[in-house]
Amino acid sequence: MCRLRNWGRGLISCHQLTYRYASGPELAFADLEVKQGAILLLTGVSGSGKSTWLALAAGLLPASNGRMTVAGQALDQLSKINSDAWRARTIGFLPQKLHLSAALNVHENLELAQWATGQTTDHRRIAEALTALGVQDLSKRKPSQLSGGQAQRVALARAVLLQPTVILADEPTASLDDEACHAAVSLLSGTAQRLNATLVIATHDSRVKRYFDATFKPFVSVKLAFSPINTGSESYKNNSDTAGNPSA
Amino acid sequence: MKTILLSWRYLWSRPLAAGLNLLLLTLGLASITFVLLVSQQITHAFERDLAGIDVVVGAKGSPMQLILSGVFHIDAPTGNVPLAAVKELAANPQVAKLIPISLGDNFRGFRIVGTSFDYPKLYGATLADGALWTQPMQAVVGSQVALKTGLKTGDSFAGFHGLGAGGESHGQVMYRVSGVLAASASVLDRLILTSTESVWVVHEKDAALDAEDLKILEQERELTLALIQYKSPLAAVTFPRFVNTTTEMQAAAPALEITRLLSMIGVGTDVLKALAGVLLLTAGLSVFIALLSAVRERRADLALLRMLGAPPRKIAGLLLCEALWLALLACALGLLAGQGVMAVVAWALQAEKSVAIGVFVWPAELLVVPVLALGVALAASALPAWEAYRVSVFELLKSR
Repeated sequence: MCRLRNWGRGLISCHQLTYRYASGPELAFADLEVKQGAILLLTGVSGSGKSTWLALAAGLLPASNGRMTVAGQALDQLSKINSDAWRARTIGFLPQKLHLSAALNVHENLELAQWATGQTTDHRRIAEALTALGVQDLSKRKPSQLSGGQAQRVALARAVLLQPTVILADEPTASLDDEACHAAVSLLSGTAQRLNATLVIATHDSRVKRYFDATFKPFVSVKLAFSPINTGSESYKNNSDTAGNPSA
Repeated sequence: MKTILLSWRYLWSRPLAAGLNLLLLTLGLASITFVLLVSQQITHAFERDLAGIDVVVGAKGSPMQLILSGVFHIDAPTGNVPLAAVKELAANPQVAKLIPISLGDNFRGFRIVGTSFDYPKLYGATLADGALWTQPMQAVVGSQVALKTGLKTGDSFAGFHGLGAGGESHGQVMYRVSGVLAASASVLDRLILTSTESVWVVHEKDAALDAEDLKILEQERELTLALIQYKSPLAAVTFPRFVNTTTEMQAAAPALEITRLLSMIGVGTDVLKALAGVLLLTAGLSVFIALLSAVRERRADLALLRMLGAPPRKIAGLLLCEALWLALLACALGLLAGQGVMAVVAWALQAEKSVAIGVFVWPAELLVVPVLALGVALAASALPAWEAYRVSVFELLKSR
């Protein structure tokens, strides 16, 4: 019963998940379950599989083995055609490079998200999303006229415009100073809380974990790292240790 | 936001590349428009002036020259032929209608043509003002002549010797304008028509020393040439040979000569067409390179659109739409530019009193232009669109 109840909206779970690259090495990921509205920290050095995990969770890569369920959807049962629509509905993505379109202003960059999913433009909703992140006054500006922090807020507004159940943030604090790092993480967790969305942060930045430790926010932390499964082979086992505030 | 609007914004986010490609495409399409218009219009102009003339009889010489001078009035005639010989031809059972043409004088560069009423009737000309001539030394002026010289019904003018402007004035005998022809878009527009007798009167009065001399001149009356309609098409087989072998005159079939002329012009238009083709190919390659580099530059942006939930075909459609915008703009601009150049050429030809060419006509041949524009756009955007289609979202996560 308890398990069944956990298969709810916004929940992420994976079981014996592996991904094998075409060129050889295989990554094995730790089993984990995250509730709706919870926070998952994926830590580890560059190349430890954080990006791959995000791609698997977004339905961009097929798992080699094991099961992964995101927001009640078993990803191995998601067809290639449906995955675009599912991703648009479910996932809000904040890339490390924000990729705001230089040809369009802030408001139009958010229209782009609606265009991508084939929705008609909803100006009111865009204004609301911008207001929620405090950048409503910048809506006529081009991305080149924004500061780094403003641009990140706009990108986050774009990610949450369609009210996703899962927010994936890829290295949101890279190249930020301590103060900005603090602000960025607090903004992310605040936004996720407001939407009751599950927040996944992939980062190699130890300040993020310290932030959550210090603010006593419940979170799950998974550290990804390689360790060889068979000596002499090119395979790797993902040696994960699960930690975090116990209430997650 | 609609794909059409979005692709427009993306297109002009690189104004230099977009402008250059638009220019190249426009030049290519304008050249093609122009070549098509020229060949269509020249053929049309010739065919219109040829209407109903089966054969032209005149002095021996170049048959092409005879046709150009007698039908299109753009060359000097080959000489004169005796009136008596032409009268004999008129009586030939194979001849349905014979229209005499006498050339030799002009008024401010417009030819004065001595002829019969059959000549304006041949082109279905109507009078804008006044009436046709009823006696010698009355003249009917074409619409362009009236416009350029200001001649109107009731005016008098003196002819000048020769076919071009200038020459010696026949000041003693004045023509009186009896009417003005309505514009017929045929050769008549730039002619002054009068009776055959008028031409004789002018020259005999000028040349004759006394009354006896005048009588002799009257017996030696001549025409420049005659336009002939056959009774039956079969005459085309025997009549020209009959004229060429049994008389001192020559018969030239305009259809034959014009086909020869058009094939000579055709070489020119073929060269122009090839040039336009090369231009269009260059434009296509340039668009291709611009789109491809746009895709490569925007790879991550396109991947983000995929991440936001856009299916691959939507991304490819965006690229395609950008190329179609270029094609649409270039097509419109190219057609306008081609027509513009054509209008300038038509104006220049008119100023030279040469072949009359209609301005801003839209023959069906021009449909080729949008088809070409579309074809070039699709061909140039196929590979970039395919690359956009295949953009992997995973790249977004790797781009660090």
